[in-house]
Amino acid sequence: MSSQTTKLKVDPRDGKLAMAHFYVAFIALTLGGLMGLLQTLVRSGKFELPWGIDYYQILTVHGVLMGLVLTTFFIMGFQYAAISRTAGTHSPAARRIGWIGFWVMTVGTIMAATMVLLKEASVLYTFYAPLKAHWIFYLGMTFVVIGSWLDGAAQIMTYARWRRENPGKPSPLLSFMAIINTVMWIVASLGVAATVLFQLLPWSLGLVDTVDVLVSRTLFWYFGHPLVYFWLLPAYMCWYAIIPKIIGGKIFSDSLARLSFILFLLFSIPVGFHHQLTEPGIDPAWKFLQVILTFMVIIPSLMTAFSLFATFERFGRSKGATGLFGWFKVLPWKDARFTVPFIGMASFIPAGAGGIINASNQMNQVVHNTIWVTGHFHLTAATSVVLTFFGITFWLVPHLTGRVLTKAMNKLAIIQGWVWFIGMAFMSGAMHFQGLLGGPRRSAYSTYGDSAQAMEWIPYQIAQAVGGSILFLGIILMIIIFVNLAFFAPKGEEEFPVGEAENLDEKAPMIFENWKLWLGITAALILFAYTIPFIDMIQNAPPGSPGFKTWGSW
Amino acid sequence: MHMHKFEKIWLIFGIGALVVFLSVVGVSAFYLGNKPPSCLTTIDPEKVDTQAPFDKPGLNKVEGKEWDYELVYVASAFSYNPTEVEVPLGAKVKVMATTKDVIHGFQVAGTNINMMLEPGYINEIVTTFDKEGEYLVVCNEYCGTGHHLMSSKIKVVK
Ligand code: HEM
Ligand SMILES: [Cu+2]
Ligand SMILES: [Cu+2]
Repeated sequence: MSSQTTKLKVDPRDGKLAMAHFYVAFIALTLGGLMGLLQTLVRSGKFELPWGIDYYQILTVHGVLMGLVLTTFFIMGFQYAAISRTAGTHSPAARRIGWIGFWVMTVGTIMAATMVLLKEASVLYTFYAPLKAHWIFYLGMTFVVIGSWLDGAAQIMTYARWRRENPGKPSPLLSFMAIINTVMWIVASLGVAATVLFQLLPWSLGLVDTVDVLVSRTLFWYFGHPLVYFWLLPAYMCWYAIIPKIIGGKIFSDSLARLSFILFLLFSIPVGFHHQLTEPGIDPAWKFLQVILTFMVIIPSLMTAFSLFATFERFGRSKGATGLFGWFKVLPWKDARFTVPFIGMASFIPAGAGGIINASNQMNQVVHNTIWVTGHFHLTAATSVVLTFFGITFWLVPHLTGRVLTKAMNKLAIIQGWVWFIGMAFMSGAMHFQGLLGGPRRSAYSTYGDSAQAMEWIPYQIAQAVGGSILFLGIILMIIIFVNLAFFAPKGEEEFPVGEAENLDEKAPMIFENWKLWLGITAALILFAYTIPFIDMIQNAPPGSPGFKTWGSW
Repeated sequence: MHMHKFEKIWLIFGIGALVVFLSVVGVSAFYLGNKPPSCLTTIDPEKVDTQAPFDKPGLNKVEGKEWDYELVYVASAFSYNPTEVEVPLGAKVKVMATTKDVIHGFQVAGTNINMMLEPGYINEIVTTFDKEGEYLVVCNEYCGTGHHLMSSKIKVVK
């Protein structure tokens, strides 16, 4: 390690805050997983929810806990720790802001959850107007977003301090990547903050009577697509910069890794229309423009794939592997820190291909809002991302709690990874097929008046329940591992692995740290993609919508 | 910044494939007319029932247009009006729909007819029903407790 400020261990005071995030994340995983299991059981047609609980109520819980809470808390905890490890211990001021952020997010989560449990907010995690939830639900969501900004501010402060203390030097790779993701998150969440603060809150409080539905949805999806990249980039951080160290190899190229992250920042945001392709009120030319911008992320994705496989191959050859695929065998398959994220990585190949189909302009009509889409993001988010997060948990949690991953837990962790993979193959596979037959997403069990087409969907829903049950077993295993690593594993020192670049003489160009430039291009692309269609939407707006509560009360 | 020769080849191949792919999608959309449903016409969601063509939901024969029929739907939680229609085999039909309350979906299962219905907007798609049979129309956007019960039927008959 070249820099003196780089410490090999995360300071325990920083570790405590990271762990606080992880506790919430894993509670969300447990409860969310239970909801997921119940959803698949209801959809199989063999089980009904007791005590008047509504399917869409548990679906809202599942979407909010898994899509918003688990992800945001885990990511903020991980990035906070990664910056502490690579750019130095956070200052007391940064740490205080981090704690405030954590509590603001937690209080927001509790507010939103309470309203969902009271049946005041069965609006799913996308809360599309004119479905109108209780204002406390929207306020809770606002708190989650603002809390995450404070969490992000803590990270930015420590990064800025490192830059001040090391003029003219490129920042540590992991810190740089974390900051890119934080910046992308802040720029993106301005959209959802705008619709909640200026449209949904005043409307749910009764201060205004109506809401502009298309504007609200457009602001939501301006946020919704970068949201999924916000989940993915921490996984890429692990793949690019941590996995090479775990297997004993080198980072293929530090500079290209940074370049790909910059491309993700630029092309993740001005693309929300690909979620609105079949919507009225948006000109098809602007939709197509955003489709083109969407496809630009394929370039950094290809770079990522290349560099990961290059790392693996070079490592294998250094171990004497020969032949085209000989390197594959010498990878450390018995190490859960590698194998579990690798399963995630491999799942990203079909997942990415599915994503290309979804974003393909008119091809979207075949799959839009079918259960295919749910199958798709259970591969991307709930497999690639989540298994990588689990892979990080296996060393980060013991690192922070001063314990070690024992052989037995390592073994259980590998079993956990494969259980997840098998469960997901059933559930996600069946969702993809059912979707191609037209089965809708976000739907409880229904035979649609014994329609012949709907009857064809039922066997796939039963397969999803089989997969869901296996997945739930995976969640139980993961909770056992997490609790062990947090409270019971033997004391010791677990490494926080940070990879080194193969070519240490090649310094990353300083232009990568020129935030004025990258934020400027990001803003320019956003303005280019959104300004005219947004003005059109407002100028040609229909009368606004009053609110509706189309779900039952207790 | 150095880039390995193989990576250059890989990226040139990848970007080349991307250009071809986007060209195919673009030509299909803008020259062959396969644009996604994107109607720009607005409507007052509280006056849907009194405005043409939504004052007469169902299949209506039209003259002097590129299509033979207009198939008009009004969606509201949790049903479509009409609940069932018969369409002659091979007819070229413009499907037009809107919603009176929340957002709904409109998908004819087993076809490419799939569009969002949003309050204040009309959405439409032109299609030819060239296979006989009974098609299920489902709502594929969450609209409330009865979302999974919201459906309609299209019978394509000789
Ligand atoms: C035990 C594991 C899991 C099971 C059995 C499961 C099952 C399901 C099912 C059946 C649905 C769709 C229901 C419908 O459309 O009607 C769903 C939706 C969803 N799942 Fe999961 N899931 C699991 C894990 C996860 C994880 C780990 C994540 C996130 C990283 C996740 C994120 C989501 C999201 C965001 C939705 C969309 C909710 C919506 O459409 O409003 N799930 N899940
Ligand atoms: Cu997207
Ligand atoms: Cu619906």
